[in-house]
Amino acid sequence: MAEPVIQVRGLRKSYGEVEAVRGIDLTVEQGEVFALLGPNGAGKTTTVEILEGYRQRTAGEAHVLSKDPAKLDRATKARIGIVLQSTGVDPFLTVRETIDMYRGYYPHPRPVDEVIEVVGLKEKRDARVNKLSGGQQRRLDVAIALAGDPELLFLDEPTTGFDPSARRNAWQIVRNLISLGKTVFLTTHYMDEAQYLAKRVAVIAKGVIVAEGPPATIGGRDTAQTVIRFRVEDGQGLPSLGQVPLGDGTLELRTEHPTKVLHELTVWALDRGGELEAVEVYRPTLEDIYLELTGGEAGAE
Amino acid sequence: MSDVALALRQVRYTNKAFWRNPGAAFFTFAFPLMFLVIFTSLLGSGTIEVAPGVFIKQSTYYVAAMSAFAVITASYTNIAISVVFQRDAGILKRTKGTPLPSWAYLGGRVLHVLIIAVLLVIITSAFGVVFYSANVPSGVLLLKFTAVVVVGAMSFAALGLATTAIVPNPDAAPPVVNAIILPLLFLSGIFIPFGVDTPEWIRTVARVFPVKHFADAMRAGFYGAPEFLWRDVLVVAIWGLAGLILAARFFTWEPKK
Repeated sequence: MAEPVIQVRGLRKSYGEVEAVRGIDLTVEQGEVFALLGPNGAGKTTTVEILEGYRQRTAGEAHVLSKDPAKLDRATKARIGIVLQSTGVDPFLTVRETIDMYRGYYPHPRPVDEVIEVVGLKEKRDARVNKLSGGQQRRLDVAIALAGDPELLFLDEPTTGFDPSARRNAWQIVRNLISLGKTVFLTTHYMDEAQYLAKRVAVIAKGVIVAEGPPATIGGRDTAQTVIRFRVEDGQGLPSLGQVPLGDGTLELRTEHPTKVLHELTVWALDRGGELEAVEVYRPTLEDIYLELTGGEAGAE
Repeated sequence: MSDVALALRQVRYTNKAFWRNPGAAFFTFAFPLMFLVIFTSLLGSGTIEVAPGVFIKQSTYYVAAMSAFAVITASYTNIAISVVFQRDAGILKRTKGTPLPSWAYLGGRVLHVLIIAVLLVIITSAFGVVFYSANVPSGVLLLKFTAVVVVGAMSFAALGLATTAIVPNPDAAPPVVNAIILPLLFLSGIFIPFGVDTPEWIRTVARVFPVKHFADAMRAGFYGAPEFLWRDVLVVAIWGLAGLILAARFFTWEPKK
């Protein structure tokens, strides 16, 4: 099996007295999209900037493309594309010139027009950077990171501040990267973004990884109990399945056997010619799990 | 692509962006000419003794002084302020994440500044020839003069890069840079020529810092007096080297918090 693209063991980073990252382990395999999900201030950017070579770790082991990220050589840097959380480009150059300038730094760059196409900036090809909207500038950030045809791409909060349609577009771009076989290390504080893009998610809170796994099963999401809620006019003869009344006349029950429970309830209702009013059946969403794991700090901006 | 080719390529893009910011480009070029006209109008009627027994018109004096001023503006002031802006905008941080060697990026900036400085000296001199009957160096003197401009522009650019280390943000850049360079320009006889009554402490300051040495060497290039001294060029180069060492040690690629 190929060596992992990123491997981190016991990574720590302190800023003076404050410990921003408190001993985390991560492994990212080749060709996978990995999302580091967490609220602001959880240590996401510190972690990703250590891996990109911008910060020195305080303790622990880290390997990026089998190299120590604190001492990346030029040949390794040429295999990495970086989209920083906040970054700028010269406002007076055009989109094409900007991408072309960065391409020149790499030994095997991709053609300019191909990169422009991937990020959907074709119409803005000859526009100056200072004439682009915020979303277009972010796409240019991705284009610059792609210009050198990297194997590994870091995306630090790529869609923060985007409106919903711009986010959809950005996600499509990341999906395109996946089809190109890139390994992507993504940080985000949006659950839906991690769910939509990543094959594996690690949730970070207060500098430690609190859960890790595929979005569908993370935090025991797949094995968690199903919640069923409903109302009945007259509960006479209702089988006792462990339901508890909520304040507003609604009954709620939690079960590991939803099929059986629902069957018993519907049979009971049909026999009486009645209805299960306002019936709801749901499993915890990634957001529920995330809120639970991070102590309710989700989306705190 | 070789590293030198990378640096030269960087010069091309820096140059492109420079000329597309007409406000900045205009003032870089207009300032020295404007000061030349103002100072010559205010103080340019008399003559001045630049070396024992050598008198020149004050207007001619200002052509050399403003050429020196133009080089310092284009290199020191320009690079210090624009690099702080680029640092704050995250441009430097992004560049640091690419395989481009740091020296190629900064070397490209310094080379670009050198081109602008040479252009400015040519324009200021031409202006001086047309309006103020200044002499233009030729022959060996021209070679020496060119060496002075090159060493001066690169040294002041290196000092500009070092200065960015003490500038916290773009708002602070013009005041900090001007607070350093303006007093030195005055204390080095750029705007007001030294006379017999110039206090000794000012002369001492002028001897220590590179501005007067640079201006004297430029002046020697223009009218052969005072005598051209390689010592002046050496002092400027030593300051440039000091700037380079300080920049290598304290230059930062990320916005300061």
